[in-house]
Amino acid sequence: MSAVRKPLSPFTGGLEQIGACGLFLVQILRAVPRSFRHFAETVRQIFFVGAMSLVIIMTCGLFVGAVLGLQLYDVLSRFGSSAMSGTVVAFALYRELGPVVTALLFAGRAGTSITAEIGLMRATDQLDAMEMMAVDPIAYVVAPRFLAGLIAMPLLACIFNALAILGAHMVCVSWLGLDNGTFWSNMTSSVDVWIDVANGVWKSIAFGAVVTLIATFQGYTTSPTSEGVAYATTRTVVFSSIATLAIDFVMTAFLM
Amino acid sequence: MAQRQSFQIGTGLFIVLGFLALGYLATQTTSLANYRQGDSYTLKVEYTNIGQLKLRAPVKLAGVRVGIVSSIELEPEKLQALVKMSIDKRFNQIPDDSTAAIFTSGLLGDQYVAIQPGGSPEMFKDGDQFVLLQNSMQLEELIGKYLLGGDSAKKADAAPDKAAAPANDAAPDKAAAKPNIAAPDKPAQKK
Repeated sequence: MSAVRKPLSPFTGGLEQIGACGLFLVQILRAVPRSFRHFAETVRQIFFVGAMSLVIIMTCGLFVGAVLGLQLYDVLSRFGSSAMSGTVVAFALYRELGPVVTALLFAGRAGTSITAEIGLMRATDQLDAMEMMAVDPIAYVVAPRFLAGLIAMPLLACIFNALAILGAHMVCVSWLGLDNGTFWSNMTSSVDVWIDVANGVWKSIAFGAVVTLIATFQGYTTSPTSEGVAYATTRTVVFSSIATLAIDFVMTAFLM
Repeated sequence: MAQRQSFQIGTGLFIVLGFLALGYLATQTTSLANYRQGDSYTLKVEYTNIGQLKLRAPVKLAGVRVGIVSSIELEPEKLQALVKMSIDKRFNQIPDDSTAAIFTSGLLGDQYVAIQPGGSPEMFKDGDQFVLLQNSMQLEELIGKYLLGGDSAKKADAAPDKAAAPANDAAPDKAAAKPNIAAPDKPAQKK
């Protein structure tokens, strides 16, 4: 990254970013076995990106489920099939909203903090210092965060879904008066474990990988100024949201 | 050290919570919840047409779920579909002259087997077969009956260019009507 290099056109610049990101992923995957030596670090990162995101994930899950229940009950009752509200909520959550909304929240809550942390390490030369001490920063700093994202994301998505179902139940059954048995039995008779629930889990694993890859990459390659860290953090949110939604479309097409 | 322990506990709690949520979603909100079945016994029915009936479709009595369809296979020599249902042991008071009909839930819903209780003092036992049954209603056949009426000759005159078609249509009409009429004569053989 020398300053004398000619500025690239946006197109080649984008290509370069994608290529560098791919090579970075290869580096991370190579470093994963070595990072197991610092497994406590991975656990610490799971705590920071996973356990600390619980509050926002659970609150948002409850509200998303409640609003889905409310909307679908209202719309479906126009067609006389309000009994299917629970089923449609479950389908929408398991297949789409659970993984996607969790990934977007995760990018905002955990992705930005990963980028800012690694970016500041870069800006304050801590990463270089590690290399001087023969500690591979990718194995010690990046890979644990990547693994943590990979592990935390599907768990967060499941918690989001469970809370959302409870939220929908609260609205449809306790508030709008849909029959409790109808709500559950329609859901259990149509939702399939391997088609619907597992679908969402695969998606959320992929999203976890993509969001943390983008977050660590942006942090690792940030220009070492406070402005650079600010840009990198913004780019993390923008790119991981776009990547999440684009991959969601591709994966949905494949998992159908 | 104390701080390290606290985040390890937090991480552990988070992972346990996550897997609990996954387990809850997978077992309580999906079709796996319907597998929860205590002791059951098997009843059989032979249908000439099962329509869209699927494995694990519900078996209902008075609208209440009492079991599931456990297997559907074609009997090669009779050319009929043998449907086996596993019924919960709690519901062992089903008279042996009950009818097993294939209904559709709602207008476009899934199909299920509805048991309409008879009046016999004898109850079904494990492995018994229904003698009274009602095949799946085919929407196309019903519409066909309405549209074409009973009088196929009149229709043939009305649409001479489709002369071949009415002949084909008329045959399934009779075939479809027949099992419903034929069903009651089976108990007669039994007597």
